[in-house]
Amino acid sequence: MKKKTIIIIMLCMIVGFVGGCGNQTQNKITVVGSTALQPLVEKAATEYQKEHGGNITVQGGGSGTGLSQVQEGAVQIGDSDVFAQQQNGIRANELVDHKVAVAGIAPIVNQKVKVKNITMQQLREIFEGQITNWKQLGGQNQKIVVINRSKGSGTRVTFESDVMNGWEMMNAQEQDSNGTVQQIVANTPGAISYISFAYLRSQGIHPLKIDGVQPTTQNVATNKWKIWSYEHMYTKGQPTGETKKFLKYMLSTPVQHKMIKEMRYISIHDMQVQKTISGKVTPIKEGQ
Amino acid sequence: MDEIKQKLTSKSKQISEDRRGKILCYACLGLIVVLIISILYFIMNKGIATFTQDHLSIVEFLTGKQWNPNHHQIGALPMIVTSFLVTILAALIATPFAIGVAIFMTEYAPRKGTKALRAVIELLVGIPSVVYGYIGLMVVVPLVRKLIGGTGFGILAGTLVLFVMILPTVISLTADSLKAIPVNYRQAALALGATKWQAIYKIVLRAALPGILTAVIFGMTRAFGEALAVQMVIGNAVLMPKGLGTPTATLTSQLTSQMGNTVLGTVSNNALWSLALVLLLMSLIFNLLIRVITRKGAIK
Repeated sequence: MKKKTIIIIMLCMIVGFVGGCGNQTQNKITVVGSTALQPLVEKAATEYQKEHGGNITVQGGGSGTGLSQVQEGAVQIGDSDVFAQQQNGIRANELVDHKVAVAGIAPIVNQKVKVKNITMQQLREIFEGQITNWKQLGGQNQKIVVINRSKGSGTRVTFESDVMNGWEMMNAQEQDSNGTVQQIVANTPGAISYISFAYLRSQGIHPLKIDGVQPTTQNVATNKWKIWSYEHMYTKGQPTGETKKFLKYMLSTPVQHKMIKEMRYISIHDMQVQKTISGKVTPIKEGQ
Repeated sequence: MDEIKQKLTSKSKQISEDRRGKILCYACLGLIVVLIISILYFIMNKGIATFTQDHLSIVEFLTGKQWNPNHHQIGALPMIVTSFLVTILAALIATPFAIGVAIFMTEYAPRKGTKALRAVIELLVGIPSVVYGYIGLMVVVPLVRKLIGGTGFGILAGTLVLFVMILPTVISLTADSLKAIPVNYRQAALALGATKWQAIYKIVLRAALPGILTAVIFGMTRAFGEALAVQMVIGNAVLMPKGLGTPTATLTSQLTSQMGNTVLGTVSNNALWSLALVLLLMSLIFNLLIRVITRKGAIK
């Protein structure tokens, strides 16, 4: 008898589970993609559901996953750190871009590295493999250990276009998350890498100034700090219904002025410049 | 008369139950077979797309050293070499330890000790690989850096983490094979005047050799397929390893770190599927090896 009960319970659970999966109503929004943007969207989704109800699921998976899933129509919103046009295999003209925030990226070095300021050219040469010792930059005699980001990751694509300017990066070790990179740079003498602003205050590392400019959100807004990227939320075609409302909420004051600052992104409303896919930067005219 | 005839010719309750049970088993089997075949087909299909669809050379894939699928360079040799190196090195270090512990468990330890040891070993099997990887990152990598210099990331760190990870598997399988040796082998050896160590060394270990080899290969299969822990300590640079302490990448580490960044159907994605195909083929080969060894080496 006991066995039968267990089997019946299990069957009920399976039916319930399958039924639950199939039960996709108009109100359900699934957001998949960039892990850099994920915490912000998660927080915004929680707040949004408190106020307006609805059913929003936020998942990571990486920018490539986000873009390909939204293109296939499997999810409503695909998060990405890069423009859809920069990703291989994506038909960008089918997707509609919603820029919700800006993320700054800064080079970081191990705490014991004495160099505090370098030029853009020097930074490029480090990652290209021409400068190999901190001595060459006025620091101590210590080999430079380059720690790169995974190929195709949003942060790396941004760094490649804003810093490398078409130069090939040297083949170095790769890590794929901001947290791991920060840990490794903190623990490896002479290490250099790059992470998003949100992680800059971690222990054991310090950011580098580039051409004397501090990596701050204000400097990103005016493009004095040149390494930054948009955080995109892509939809397939123009958004409708609940998706449209949620995207509107992402651009509203509570998200843009409170959450985004808390999480050390830069509000899209604060930007005084805009950047095109090819990396060209132009000032935003008043009233736009 | 008719009543008896009917009773004898119609199906009893037990017979139909028997049939139902059979159908259930066959249905389960069929489902699993379909599942396995479709997985194999899927990986094969995707894995060879790099060569059939994108027309890249399979020779370059197996012997090339430049890995940059975006630019159609798909030399996977560094990853293949590293995968094999960490696997073999980890097995080489783990085997003597495993045999030692297994002998202790089966021959020397009191019953209670064996039980306690088994519990600990099973616990070790249960630790998630990300935890091993994290320990590797925080403890093993700095240690390797101090010992041999460089960044600490590389084959040696990967080997040490894998050694700990496969150790429990190898120990418990080795212990099982030692236990399976009939007790009269030991008794006969002792009766002929052999010491306990002589009996273990000359009789038990020899007789259990195929079992021990199987245990080691099981461990190697696990090491070869381990992704997360290795990815955290290997460095993930697709470079030919120049030594034990230079960053490099394994097949699995490349797969885990890249899969989120590629789009289905592109060359970079197909190239990853080809790596998965290599992994699949290797695990098939490991399995075949185990079969051959157990069949040839079984005690008669």
